[in-house]
Amino acid sequence: MKVAYWPGCVSRGFTPELHGSMAQVAPLLNIELVELDRAACCGAGVIAEHNQELADTLNARTFALAQQVEGAELMMNICSTCQGAQTECQERLDASAEYRAHVNATLAGEGLSYEKGLTNKNFLWLLVEEIGLETLRDKVCRPLTDLRVGPFYGCYIVRPTDRMGIDEERPRDTYLSLVIEALGGTVIEYAGMHKCCGFPIITMNKQASLKQAARHLGDAVDADADCLVTPCPLCHLNLDLQQPLAERVAGRALKMPVLHLPQLVGLALGLQPKDLGMARHVVKPTSVVDWSASVVAGVGDGGQRG
Amino acid sequence: MAEFTLRLRRFDPESGDAPYWDEHKVDLEPHRSVLEGILQARARFDGSIAIRCSCRAAICGSCGVRINGQPALACHTHLDKALRGARDGVIEVEPMGNMPVIKDLIVDMDAVHWKKIRRVTPWLIAKQPVPEREYVVAHENMVDVTQSMACIQCGACVSDCLSMEVDPDFIGPAALAKAYRFVGDPRDAEQLERLQDLAEDPAGIFDCTHCFKCIDACPKGVAPMSQIMRLRRRATGDHHIVDRNNGARHESAFVSLIRDHGILWEAELLPRSHGGDSFFGKFAPAAGAELVDSLPVIAKMLLRRKATPMKILRPHNLPAADLKQIKRIYTTVEGREERFELNLYISGYDEEESEDTATAAVAADGGGQTAAESGQPGQSPEGSPTR
Repeated sequence: MKVAYWPGCVSRGFTPELHGSMAQVAPLLNIELVELDRAACCGAGVIAEHNQELADTLNARTFALAQQVEGAELMMNICSTCQGAQTECQERLDASAEYRAHVNATLAGEGLSYEKGLTNKNFLWLLVEEIGLETLRDKVCRPLTDLRVGPFYGCYIVRPTDRMGIDEERPRDTYLSLVIEALGGTVIEYAGMHKCCGFPIITMNKQASLKQAARHLGDAVDADADCLVTPCPLCHLNLDLQQPLAERVAGRALKMPVLHLPQLVGLALGLQPKDLGMARHVVKPTSVVDWSASVVAGVGDGGQRG
Repeated sequence: MAEFTLRLRRFDPESGDAPYWDEHKVDLEPHRSVLEGILQARARFDGSIAIRCSCRAAICGSCGVRINGQPALACHTHLDKALRGARDGVIEVEPMGNMPVIKDLIVDMDAVHWKKIRRVTPWLIAKQPVPEREYVVAHENMVDVTQSMACIQCGACVSDCLSMEVDPDFIGPAALAKAYRFVGDPRDAEQLERLQDLAEDPAGIFDCTHCFKCIDACPKGVAPMSQIMRLRRRATGDHHIVDRNNGARHESAFVSLIRDHGILWEAELLPRSHGGDSFFGKFAPAAGAELVDSLPVIAKMLLRRKATPMKILRPHNLPAADLKQIKRIYTTVEGREERFELNLYISGYDEEESEDTATAAVAADGGGQTAAESGQPGQSPEGSPTR
């Protein structure tokens, strides 16, 4: 399937391994990525906080660019925060024809216009709803047997529940578990999996921010997880990049590897950890990967964990 | 009639015993409330079950609890709906979080919730001279604060606030929504002072981590987080308050980096948030202190080639033609006399069939104008959220 692909900012900044691993995984899942390389940042809620109309207009521009991609079935992102911030803007644009016309008037100067009803899905939603867990299961060639994976969603992709389209038919707040299972891994549930990583206040209240990250990482350690997986690169920044500082706040060693969703999928589809950029993490995922042989832990040794 | 099993969290701090779970089967119609279930269990099986309740009609805000881990009013949750959210066929009821438990399902609202409400001066400080008769206030201004006035003080948002979970000092969603009720009220004389106070407090408006928990928790569609964002917008945009918590600097740096580069340049955002929004921000002492504090992380980043020195020094720019478009959008939108803000809680949603008769309100949050009269507060089509 062909998608208008919005990589977001952080995947081209401090988490290049996310952008890279998505590019590796897409062909294996028959996803054709048409990158929206002209679109601007979604604003991550900060631009909306400054001026709501500005955020709505910038995102309407992104949506309009996505609608121009010929043959694309939908727009796909790889960032919970983009998903949440863009859906919030889209909710307003789709709710009122008058407001949409007002925003489109600003875009008219650029020859762009957003038409109501774009489908914008995170890679996680696309995996479950478009590709399907059955198809995914069939493509697995290196099941993540005995790998204990804790999901970490990121606030923006699970709340507000109704805006994110979460209901009994589409339990999107359980999708990470479904994907981990489909890849052959073991789901580790822990208290913090739907909570906040703390990243949005890292510059305002660093202590509180790191405390949030430390608490969830600690919960995952206590639940005996081998690693976490997240569809949000901003969460990844606080959970992985800042983990040495979070350890300082927590007063304990955490050493919890955090994988991006495409990396976890890529491992099960047979890609090499190095090709998925896993050597670029601050917390080296040694519990996930046996680096000497580059195999996923627990798979190569017949299920016995080393 | 149908049978439902309730699992209640029991705790009596005075007993010295640890909390425990207690299960009871109740017989009620599926559309009856969880509160009625609890009251039946108390009447039939155990008179010592403690829960606070009064109106039983989602007005008084007394019966806030957690049902299957989610905050809710016990009187406002049907048994069949609660059962669908149950993990193992048993409806789990616990006291609210972030507040000490007095007994069973009753938490100490005074110790946390009401203390924080008092913190924000929750009354009108009248402009002088007080008019002889009533104040005349523009309709749009009052509509603007209606959403925060819908609060029934149940504490559901406080219960689940993720910032408060790690920082108990955080003023929190309910109290800050209450603060907006007065900051947004044109009759109030001390809007600037209120905003200065809330922006400078390390536990104030910039301590909200934007997790949307309070929006989901609120049974009345108050959307406390949206009110906190309005407070921030007023503080930085209208009153140009530059706070000691980096709130204004962070916002300003973010907004101008996107204007200049199209997508985010993280290596520049962090120092500017601390040192000020300009090229020289990173040379300010505050930015230097932050740099030193983050050295262990920066060293690891470079070591693992997560970022290269070149990437840190040079931003990823969009093509020049697109940057020009983005700058034009900034000029148009930022150049308006008043900021536009569409609040769907007030405007409601277009009818699906007749887009032409759309009557959504585009209400300026800068202090009055345009067609806010077309919507009714809280109005929305069936199945749509009210927020």
